[in-house]
Amino acid sequence: MTNTPIRGGIRRDTWNVLVRELRPVVRDPFTLIFSLVQPLVFLGLFAPLLIGQSGMPVDQTLRWFVPGVIVMIVLFGTGAVGSNLQYEMMTGSHERTLVAPLARSSLLIGRALKEVAPIMAQALLIVLIALPFGFRFHPGGLAIGLVMLAVFSIGLGSLSYALALGTRDREWLFCGVQQTLIFPLLILSGMLLPLDEGPGWMRAVSTVNPVNWVVQAERALIQGEFWDPVVLWGWVAAGLLAVLGLAVGIRGMRRSN
Amino acid sequence: MTNEPIIDARSLSKRFSVNKQPVEAVTDLSFTVQPGELVAFLGPNGAGKSTSLRMLTTLIPPTSGSARVAGHDIRREPAAVRRNIGYVGQLNSGSFAQRVRDELISQGAFYGLGKSQARRRADELIESLDLAPFAKRSVQQLSGGQKLRLDVALGLMHAPPLLFLDEPSTGLDPQSRANLWQHIIDVRAQHGTTVFLTTHYLEEADRYAERVMVIDRGRMIADNTAERLKAELAGDALRLTFTSQGDAEAAASMVQRLAGRPVQTHQDHSLRLTAPDGARLLPTAVRELDAAGIRVDCATGVPPTLDDVFLSLTGRTLREADAPEESEAKIPMEGPVK
Ligand SMILES: Nc1ncnc2c1ncn2[C@@H]1O[C@H](COP(=O)(O)OP(=O)(O)O)[C@@H](O)[C@H]1O
Ligand SMILES: [Mg+2]
Repeated sequence: MTNTPIRGGIRRDTWNVLVRELRPVVRDPFTLIFSLVQPLVFLGLFAPLLIGQSGMPVDQTLRWFVPGVIVMIVLFGTGAVGSNLQYEMMTGSHERTLVAPLARSSLLIGRALKEVAPIMAQALLIVLIALPFGFRFHPGGLAIGLVMLAVFSIGLGSLSYALALGTRDREWLFCGVQQTLIFPLLILSGMLLPLDEGPGWMRAVSTVNPVNWVVQAERALIQGEFWDPVVLWGWVAAGLLAVLGLAVGIRGMRRSN
Repeated sequence: MTNEPIIDARSLSKRFSVNKQPVEAVTDLSFTVQPGELVAFLGPNGAGKSTSLRMLTTLIPPTSGSARVAGHDIRREPAAVRRNIGYVGQLNSGSFAQRVRDELISQGAFYGLGKSQARRRADELIESLDLAPFAKRSVQQLSGGQKLRLDVALGLMHAPPLLFLDEPSTGLDPQSRANLWQHIIDVRAQHGTTVFLTTHYLEEADRYAERVMVIDRGRMIADNTAERLKAELAGDALRLTFTSQGDAEAAASMVQRLAGRPVQTHQDHSLRLTAPDGARLLPTAVRELDAAGIRVDCATGVPPTLDDVFLSLTGRTLREADAPEESEAKIPMEGPVK
């Protein structure tokens, strides 16, 4: 059997990488629920505290808190996906894809795009779970919010992959950097507690934290406040992160051997 | 286009830098391989086998030198080289979370096979590599031998005209190793695939490869059929035992003249020597000694192994050369918990 494989360029390669990455998710969708445990704990245990503390009505508190939890899924889930690639680099599976006739960039873009699927499913699940507790949202706003979340997860996923490519077989370094970054990004985004009461330096740092802008934009969108300026800033933050992530990630993948 | 070699390596060299110290992993490697050959790259751990393969498969650029693989230049046309080769690396190449059949189908897509073509081919390979019972399992649930069969299947998915395998049999039990070889031989018989593999098992190179290249410390030190290497670089180890030390000493000069080789006399009334054509020499020597009235009590001839070849080339046995990194064998790993 001889064959002359057709080369279809980056788009086709990216599609093939994306399909491959999605296969385990489709085969085993329950993994999506397992990785939701952390955000659900926050929703179940932190939200009641917040409701008690704020003294605001439940639906209003949830409208403030649920968008944060949705962004949290990306932070914890997508932020860690690099470890999968790192594991593939330590076995021969990454190397095999480097010998295959695939554009290097497709190996990154395909993986980054794949992140969108589980994030959408998980975000909708969170919304469904929050509904019976009195969570109300603007449907059009949620839809646009999910698109922004997709862009954000492409960016963060790419950065996580880039970190894996950069740290190679040093698993401890990957985990160290990722864990060190994740909590400051989380706290300084006002995801769990509002930053309005925080010290000035915290508020200053949070203005350069892209996660903060995405969280604020999601909150506005879910209430249907499409024209709030924070929505624009959310797009800028998510967009810049995606461009930066893809650029750094593709560069890392091109250097990979 | 007739008889263009499928691999044409010219002065390939690779220098790594480890803690600012240069490591000459491969030096001045030149050879050609014709389509359809089955070549084994034999050498101890650290000899430069993987580095050579990684250059030929476009994974790393050579420091100097050039090569054409499957008709394309590894530096200028890496994409064309990749399309025409299969590569089974030293480590397991299925991704831990993927199911066996899925991974094969993805591999087919990577090489441009259509959907139904990829499925058909995957099922063929699942069948022929005895992967059927595990086809729906994820890679992390496979045993070491099963993972390796998947690796080979992945390498064969697009029926490449040239297949590279890097120490495919390391860490396998003898039965699995024999099975693996049967698969390689079958594939070759069916498709005329050129097979280029590395090994540090002498028995394997000796038994299966039609051509053996010996590599040590980054340099190729021999390239021939196992038969010729053994005949030219080592000989049969002969031993003649006599009933008395006197007989042994009397026989020594006669045997030395017949063999044209130095002979050692041992205290157990025996003579020992190595001779290229020992199997023929032995009966001649027994007859001539008999005619001279010296009775041979016992005669043995042991054919050489590639280890003797390696010893005569390097002054070390392959096992000695291997010793420091013996633990490098394939260790099946478990997937991370997500
Ligand atoms: N990526 C690398 N960086 C630095 N040194 C390397 C690298 N790969 C291989 N080497 C060194 O090059 C030499 C040859 O290695 P290798 O080709 O793996 O040998 P083999 O496959 O024959 O066991 C060894 O000394 C090894 O330590
Ligand atoms: Mg090796």
